[in-house]
Amino acid sequence: MSFTPHTDDDVARMLNALGLSSVDDLFSEVRAALPPGEVPELAGVGEFELRHQLWDIARLNGRPDQTLCFRGAGAYEHYIPAAIPQLLSRGEFSTAYTPYQAEVSQGTLQVMYEFQTMVCELLGMEVANASMYDGASALAEAALMAMRITGKHRLLVSEGLHPHWLQVVRTYAANVEADIVPVPLRDGLTSPDAIASALDDDTAAVLIQNPNVLGLIEPLREIGALLATHPALYIAAAYPISLGLLASPGEAGADIAVAEGQPLGIPLSYGGPYLGLFATKMEHIRQMPGRISGLAYDHAGRRGYVMTLQAREQHIRRERATSNICSNQMLCALAATVYLSLMGPGGFSAVAERSFAVAHQLADDLSRLRGCSLAFERPFFNEFVLKLPVPAEDIERELWNDGIVSGLPLGRWWPERRNQMLFCATEIITDAAIHRLVAAMEEALS
Amino acid sequence: MSAETVFERSHPGRGTPYVAQRGAPPASLDTIPRHALRARPPALPELTEGEVVRHYTNLSRKNWAVDVGFYPLGSCTMKYNPRLAEQIAAWPEFSAAHPLRPARAAQGLLRIMYETERMLAHLCGMERFTLQPAAGAQGELCGMLMIRSYHLQHGAHRNTVIVPDSAHGTNPATAALAGFKVVTCPSSAEGLVDLRALSKLANDDLAGIMLTNPNTLGLFERDIQQVCRIVHDAGGLAYYDGANFNALVGRFRPGDMGFDVVHLNLHKTFATPHGGGGPGSGPVGVTAQLEPYLPVPLIAKGPEEFELEENRPHTIGRLNAFAGSMLVVLRAYVYLRLLGTAGLRDVSGKAVLAANYLKQRLADTYAPSHPGRCMHEFVLSAEKQREESGVRALDIAKRLIDLGFHPPTMYFPLTVPEALMIEPTETEDLETLDAFADALLQIAREAKESPELLHDAPHNTPVGRLDEVAAAKNLNVRW
Repeated sequence: MSFTPHTDDDVARMLNALGLSSVDDLFSEVRAALPPGEVPELAGVGEFELRHQLWDIARLNGRPDQTLCFRGAGAYEHYIPAAIPQLLSRGEFSTAYTPYQAEVSQGTLQVMYEFQTMVCELLGMEVANASMYDGASALAEAALMAMRITGKHRLLVSEGLHPHWLQVVRTYAANVEADIVPVPLRDGLTSPDAIASALDDDTAAVLIQNPNVLGLIEPLREIGALLATHPALYIAAAYPISLGLLASPGEAGADIAVAEGQPLGIPLSYGGPYLGLFATKMEHIRQMPGRISGLAYDHAGRRGYVMTLQAREQHIRRERATSNICSNQMLCALAATVYLSLMGPGGFSAVAERSFAVAHQLADDLSRLRGCSLAFERPFFNEFVLKLPVPAEDIERELWNDGIVSGLPLGRWWPERRNQMLFCATEIITDAAIHRLVAAMEEALS
Repeated sequence: MSAETVFERSHPGRGTPYVAQRGAPPASLDTIPRHALRARPPALPELTEGEVVRHYTNLSRKNWAVDVGFYPLGSCTMKYNPRLAEQIAAWPEFSAAHPLRPARAAQGLLRIMYETERMLAHLCGMERFTLQPAAGAQGELCGMLMIRSYHLQHGAHRNTVIVPDSAHGTNPATAALAGFKVVTCPSSAEGLVDLRALSKLANDDLAGIMLTNPNTLGLFERDIQQVCRIVHDAGGLAYYDGANFNALVGRFRPGDMGFDVVHLNLHKTFATPHGGGGPGSGPVGVTAQLEPYLPVPLIAKGPEEFELEENRPHTIGRLNAFAGSMLVVLRAYVYLRLLGTAGLRDVSGKAVLAANYLKQRLADTYAPSHPGRCMHEFVLSAEKQREESGVRALDIAKRLIDLGFHPPTMYFPLTVPEALMIEPTETEDLETLDAFADALLQIAREAKESPELLHDAPHNTPVGRLDEVAAAKNLNVRW
């Protein structure tokens, strides 16, 4: 296949204008500068042949119409209204670049502005950027930002944080002399007492995720009250759908709030592209990484939008920038903006309440299975840990034979939890789906 | 079309009920302590689906895009994005897969990732790739963290990274984020790395160099083997910023130039859509000596099936929660398979041909930063126009909008005054290239005859030039 439009005649005219006889002549200097090296040959394939091949490859992932998924752990399958992919497929959005020329980028810039507003509303914060790569890298950037603001190096990190997110924080902070101090959980929750005793004058920030990786609802406000009188910053990571029901980071007193925005209209996509939400207080806006769209006016007084406070960014500030981030996840941010516009306040809390209700139904049904019980008798949102009488990975294997992606076996992160599974349900799980899972679990356990 | 926000179009009580309540509110809601509940619901807009679709469709019409017209933004590679890739990325076998699925349930996904990695490794002359970085800048961070780990593993505390003065801003910002001290290397009069200056900077504190080749002036660093040798002899490593790989793809390999680490921008060279500023994808390739430091997870081919490799003792860690932007990688896979190596050679050939043709047509009117042949892009200076008629690169760019073109990259690289950086790409036909050249020549005439036409441009856009200074001063960043 080829997508180049030039006819032989066109090429001849262009070469002629340059006084050359072949396209290869354009590379003579390069060729002379390099040792001989052959690029291995790979044959091109026609469109319909490739599509046939991809049908076969796609089938290796199972049949989506017959697959059920009860897994969350940082990625959640919520309903995506059909209008979202339809709008995202508009080339005016998808094939534009960064809105460097504001006059011909008002669509993107206004979406950014609306997105920032909705992120502020969800997280209960004053200002938000136009998005980061994903929730985990947004959290890492938040930690670095807190270190810049406070000039301190100690990060107290709740062990309720998703282990992958903690790894990302460690990776980002590896070379800025961060001292990462894990705060252990007590019966599944971050203990405000443990935070209080770990806080000291060198602490830059406290990092909490709510609900935590075990699905449990953290004492977000209590920790906020504790930090209100301490110079360390409070960084709270949220699951955005839960915010239809649960206290926002802002309500709990957070200084920086982040979230994985994937549940807001973005498909699971085997891990990406996702969407990092990032918000803070107005007083910290100049330390915030990432693009920001702001309201502006032209000479005729017409309202428009521009990228603002660019002096924080790498293309101006170079090695003194607040971050090296250049792009945002604009098309994913558009998905989230359209999602929240479609849902509205009522629809949004309905998704949260229904996810909550379905997950509690599921927890009731699964904990009645022989040898199974909930690992924690504590409030949860839509994820819970189920104790099994057998290794969780055995159940995972059995269930996939029935086309069911089970809860996540927790032994992969904590060997002592090898008989435990983290289950998740959202509003799209029907009663029939729960019955199918329960029946398959019964069979696998027998 | 007004700039009214979605919030101003909201009417209380409107909406589309996608999700019904599940009977009566669940009694278990009582299990949540009051203090954990939200006090105030988020103030989201209330509109019907029809109103939402109309609002965002109208916003889309205020955007320029590759699908709308010519977009010669230098160093951004705004080429046509084939639609088969879009169609396949929407298949639920790929898009509905949970990232923590057991590997057995993701063999198709893993196979595509594995094969993409192998194809990229072949094209770059590298040993192995990670597909995890979410964008070029994150790929840079990945690469620089690996260089850091490599030196530490070899008992060396090397703190300096050399970045040419013509480099993208992300390079110095990344080096700083990875904990390095940034030293700028000046360009020679020819616009290339100054070997003498480089030799002076290459000492025993040198961790590495970050280089784009062709560089941001669109010039091939013909001394590249020597550049890498100087860096290697000093004990440093060479990092290839793949922003401009479109000039060479299918023909030449960074590995053959002497580079140790490479990042590619799938959204540039491999035709995945830019999305208005993302999502991109920035895979990173390394030579065998750096392979132990790649981030986890990696895609491995086991005896029976593909798997995600997590347990790697020397890894730099993890950059994102999951294995990478799979749906962007999938689009690049489709592009690579469709074109094959011959198609990619055609890409680089036509990209370089188009740039040289445009440069030739414009060089008498606008001063090129450097004479002679260019690669896939070139830089013109409007310094002459500024001196003669007070017209700046900015004015020329805005006037291009009136004439139906997206402007080139402006004021970059920083080493060229009044810079206009033009990258036509391989997917624009000759009539478009000629029309664009004609427009720039017309603007040069207008600059002399009626400069106010340029100062007031653009004339036909939804808004005129917006006051950025006032916007930054009277900050309004949310409704």
